[in-house]
Amino acid sequence: MTVYDGASWLDEEAGRLVRPYAISNGRTIPTQELDLLSMVMATGRRDRAQLDLEHAQALDLCRVPTPVAEVAGRLRLPLMITKVLLSDLIDTGAATARPPGSGANMESRDLLEVVLNGLRRL
Amino acid sequence: MDYDGSEPSSFPIAVKVLIAGGFGVGKTTFVGTVSEIEPLSTEAVITEASAGTDNLDGVAAKSTTTVALDFGRITVDPRTVLYLFGTPGQERFWFMWNELSEGALGAVVLADTRRLDACFDAVDFFERRGIGFLVALNEFDGAVRYDPEEVRAALKLHSHVPIVACDARDRRSGVAALAALVEHLLTATVPSSL
Repeated sequence: MTVYDGASWLDEEAGRLVRPYAISNGRTIPTQELDLLSMVMATGRRDRAQLDLEHAQALDLCRVPTPVAEVAGRLRLPLMITKVLLSDLIDTGAATARPPGSGANMESRDLLEVVLNGLRRL
Repeated sequence: MDYDGSEPSSFPIAVKVLIAGGFGVGKTTFVGTVSEIEPLSTEAVITEASAGTDNLDGVAAKSTTTVALDFGRITVDPRTVLYLFGTPGQERFWFMWNELSEGALGAVVLADTRRLDACFDAVDFFERRGIGFLVALNEFDGAVRYDPEEVRAALKLHSHVPIVACDARDRRSGVAALAALVEHLLTATVPSSL
């Protein structure tokens, strides 16, 4: 049996020391309907000091509207765990979300033209 | 930029394009080359039992697989952000993952002319879903350059599907392939004034 002495395996390569599903307290079903590109933004109505580390980190990433996928990527967490964390933030009023494309009021053709013009400017 | 959360219109629009193709064809390279940020990655669990969603209905669900998703970002204007998702190359499961393909503007199918069969599945998938796509022939060093029409015949592509040459390691080339895709999507979209 291997006995870990604690220090030797604590490095960058070791990655996350807390299992992702422990972060979400074992929950795998988010309470909010969130898509990969649902935009989440902090409301400023909750003090981050009251949150645990992962929730606070997720909230920090949402100071400007940020899609779920990007929060997951930056926190290096699986998508589903990220959705659970973000759902918690939305449920408590700390953040708000918009499904992808909503509020756009844009015809798909106009949207495509915006994207095309943007690509041509690169 | 100042966002006011009380106004739905204050949220920028995020749109996605899928970068598909077989394993090892250069999807990750492509995403990394054109992205304005260091590409990000996340993992999603897909279950065969719940095809169509990525929700786990219970721990006892059968045939779950974890797919890794690489993605990058291009801000095309202050209000519109394009996300590029590389589809998981080794896993056939992603085809059942609606969340990835739903709402996608379109797709770039990267193809290696030495292994054209590797992109059959992606071409089939986008045709069946009615998602607009083009085929970008990734020009690897030393690869035999095929005539685009030979490729069209081999892939049994409809005449309207564009085939472009692309070097996934070159930003300008990757962006040009994306622009060609959007031009193609525009030709397939009825002008709103009609």
